[in-house]
Amino acid sequence: MLLLITLFLPLLFALLTYLSGNRYAKYVALLGGLLAFVGCNLLKQSLVSNQLEPLGYTHDWIANPLIAFSLTVDGLALSLIALTTFLIPLIVFTTYSKTIENAKAFYSLILLMEFGLLGVFMAADGFLYYVFWELALIPIYFIALLWGENRDKAFRNRAIFKFFVYTLAGSLFMLIGFIYLYQYSGSFSIQSLYTLNLSNTEQVVLFWAFFIAFAIKIPVFPFHTWQPDTYKEAPTAGTMLLSGIMLKMGLYSLLRWLLPVLPHGVEFWTPYVIVLATIGVLYGSIIAIKQDDLKKLLAYSSFAHVGLITAGIFTLTREGMQGAIVQMFAHGFNVVGLFYAAEIILQRTGTLSISQLGGIRSVAPKFATVFMIVVLASVALPTTNAFIGEFLLLFASFQYNTWLAVAAGFTIIFSAVYMLRMYQLSMLGETNEKTAGFQDLNWQEMLVFVLIIMGIFQIGLVPSSFLGMMENSIDQILSFSLR
Amino acid sequence: MKTLLYTSALAFICMITEMLNLRKFILPVAIVGLCVVFGINFWEWGNAQSYYYNMVVTDDFSVAFSGLFLFLGILILLLSGNFYKNEESKLSDYLAITLFTIVGAIALVSFGNMAMFFLGIEVLSISLYVLAGSKKKELRSNEAGMKYFLMGSFASGILLFGIALIYGETGSFDLQQIAEFATNNQLSSLFYVGAGMILIAMLFKVSAAPFHFWAPDVYEGSPTLTTATMATLAKVAAFAAFYRLFSSSLVNAIPAFAWVLSGVAALTLTIGNFSALQQDSFKRMLAYSGISHAGYLLLGILSLYGKTDNAIFFYSVAYGISSMAAFAVAIVVAANAGSEKIEAFNGLGKRKPFLAAALTIAILSMAGIPPFAGFFGKYYIFSEAIRNGHLYITLFAVVASIVSVYYYFKVIIAMYTEESSEVVFSIKPAYTVVIGICIALTLALGLFPGILQLL
Repeated sequence: MLLLITLFLPLLFALLTYLSGNRYAKYVALLGGLLAFVGCNLLKQSLVSNQLEPLGYTHDWIANPLIAFSLTVDGLALSLIALTTFLIPLIVFTTYSKTIENAKAFYSLILLMEFGLLGVFMAADGFLYYVFWELALIPIYFIALLWGENRDKAFRNRAIFKFFVYTLAGSLFMLIGFIYLYQYSGSFSIQSLYTLNLSNTEQVVLFWAFFIAFAIKIPVFPFHTWQPDTYKEAPTAGTMLLSGIMLKMGLYSLLRWLLPVLPHGVEFWTPYVIVLATIGVLYGSIIAIKQDDLKKLLAYSSFAHVGLITAGIFTLTREGMQGAIVQMFAHGFNVVGLFYAAEIILQRTGTLSISQLGGIRSVAPKFATVFMIVVLASVALPTTNAFIGEFLLLFASFQYNTWLAVAAGFTIIFSAVYMLRMYQLSMLGETNEKTAGFQDLNWQEMLVFVLIIMGIFQIGLVPSSFLGMMENSIDQILSFSLR
Repeated sequence: MKTLLYTSALAFICMITEMLNLRKFILPVAIVGLCVVFGINFWEWGNAQSYYYNMVVTDDFSVAFSGLFLFLGILILLLSGNFYKNEESKLSDYLAITLFTIVGAIALVSFGNMAMFFLGIEVLSISLYVLAGSKKKELRSNEAGMKYFLMGSFASGILLFGIALIYGETGSFDLQQIAEFATNNQLSSLFYVGAGMILIAMLFKVSAAPFHFWAPDVYEGSPTLTTATMATLAKVAAFAAFYRLFSSSLVNAIPAFAWVLSGVAALTLTIGNFSALQQDSFKRMLAYSGISHAGYLLLGILSLYGKTDNAIFFYSVAYGISSMAAFAVAIVVAANAGSEKIEAFNGLGKRKPFLAAALTIAILSMAGIPPFAGFFGKYYIFSEAIRNGHLYITLFAVVASIVSVYYYFKVIIAMYTEESSEVVFSIKPAYTVVIGICIALTLALGLFPGILQLL
């Protein structure tokens, strides 16, 4: 029951937000987001009191084909539900300083997207999962299309449309994959898909039906070409949704829907995927070094980070999965913090071009400090959350192959290079006419950063409680994916 | 059988009221009458019967599809009061002909004999020829009527030729006897040639490539409401007849034509979707998108030996209501903007959020995106095709449906991101009702597709 309430709260509040009118929409939306967060905390408590045994809910939905409205929450799902329900109110809150045109539609779409995301993380029925997967796409398409800030509308339309077609194309192949599996299992329930006995050839082919959908969403090289332009063109709230939460859908799906369902297919393609992911790590990092546009730099750095997570998942080791889950969680916090900093810079200076900035630290010391902390977290400094994640990921890649570890290790070095270079050029040095009047953070902005930084150190200093929650889920994934 | 009789009677009543000078009551009478027939129709649910020596056979299939036709007919009539308001003197003609279209469609799903089948085709087609050319003073409407008539009668000729050959082989017009003959005897090439000719005629009627050339011109030239009738009612009726004919009597021919049908489906999907990409007229775009939908439905025909009637029915309903909503919005927009181009939709999201949202939902449904009805339509068709071993053509259809997103979203982008020319907008309540019903159904069927598992 608690599952249902947590899932449907955002939908209810999406409706209420729309009905409340432009003036009050943002308050209603924030309230809805916070209530969902409360629901998530209650879920955590009942999961803990249930000895981490997954919570479930099932109700009949469609008889033919056999589709159940079936939800389940285990540690892994809970971590992403927590990420979603924490970040959504935060993202809503970051938009408070701006006046948003047609606000009721904007906030209502954000909550609708939260509904889709929570559904993806909770679904225990392949078909239901697919429906939610698509449902999460439509709101973000409209958010990015209609509230994007770039003047060049034709370019924006193209970029956002490319994103839509890419992801839709991927998911349609996934649908075919599910239909194919259904012919054997006679049910879409996750348990019946986990216990299917498919021939090796089938698994090797089917792997791509699913992997393309996930690889586009994550994105894995070479399916990433939609990403930088979309991140740049979308409004910052949309970029936060995309990078902070939405790409986790892909990573989560690898763990939940690919590895355990098609173990032999995964085994066959693992080396290739790891090579692709590593190419993505190096390629994203190198391009990020050359970027002048702050949002694009962050987009490429995000691309590099998720490449490492993908590689970690495909090592099929316990450490790899632990690292991936921690890093998924950590990346959500860090990237939202970074994009928020970018948004603040854009609002105050009117530019995202790093070369036109400089000297902000001398006029806005508070901003410089919190920005520095988030930057350091994203380059995985010890005691921050990303350090735990990247350490585990690198450890896992070392177990898999030394050369992989060497290549992936560059991600830390490169990320230090481009992030610190970005920080240096934009924050240090002399002020210019654009940055001289840079106002320091107000209490609202400070609150957002404080919350993010608290999250960063909580995972960074005491990862064990977080990792403890994941053990059951990882056991299950490993037992099915190594069968 | 009752459905068929009462609908015909209603059509005659329409003509008589005109003679008695009761013009005002025609439309309400016709609408109420159709609603009553819609109710009566479902009385026949569950008991299959045959009438007049198997001329008419009613079963669940025919009742379900008749229900759909009557429902679409009611929507069309609701729209027509306003659509024909400048030509009130001819309203009864239009209504009677529209009702005869429905009669033809009902005959097309409840025939048990080739003669009745042909009769249904002709009643449906002739009514549509007239409706297509009903704007007498407009050149394009005349052209549409003429073109449709010439091409359509040519197809009817081929159809008759095919029926004659089948008769020559099996010695019967009765579907059951044909089926019995076909299973018990060695079939000569006469049978296959005949079946092939019927196939060609049916492919023409459903506007599948390469027999689709009439569709865009006729759709564009006809009055928009007639286009809506052709795109929803007539197309679905043709598909239902296609399924009924081939599943009951010519099922032996399907394996022989499997390659042809796959090829036609692939060609239809390609031509429909890629031509739709280049259109700047909304009606023409819908015409090509209708061609591509015929391609998806052909997958259902291709695997009909696996009993795909439910998949075809669901797809038809989803496609019918979504297109009806799209056409209704198009009529309103065209009446206000005076143009049928996609640019006429610019800024609709700001001017009329209800219309824009409705069209968005209709389009998303046609593009097959959950949680709308069209998604389950595609899902059922695809899963039937895969279940019956047509994996490659299904993959092709998936790629085609990705292409379709391009032109569908052109309209959405125009509605929401382009600046509007400030035109004062008025929507008649009848349109709001029709659009509202269609959208509500599109959502309901998308969330609970189980309610339509009739067959």
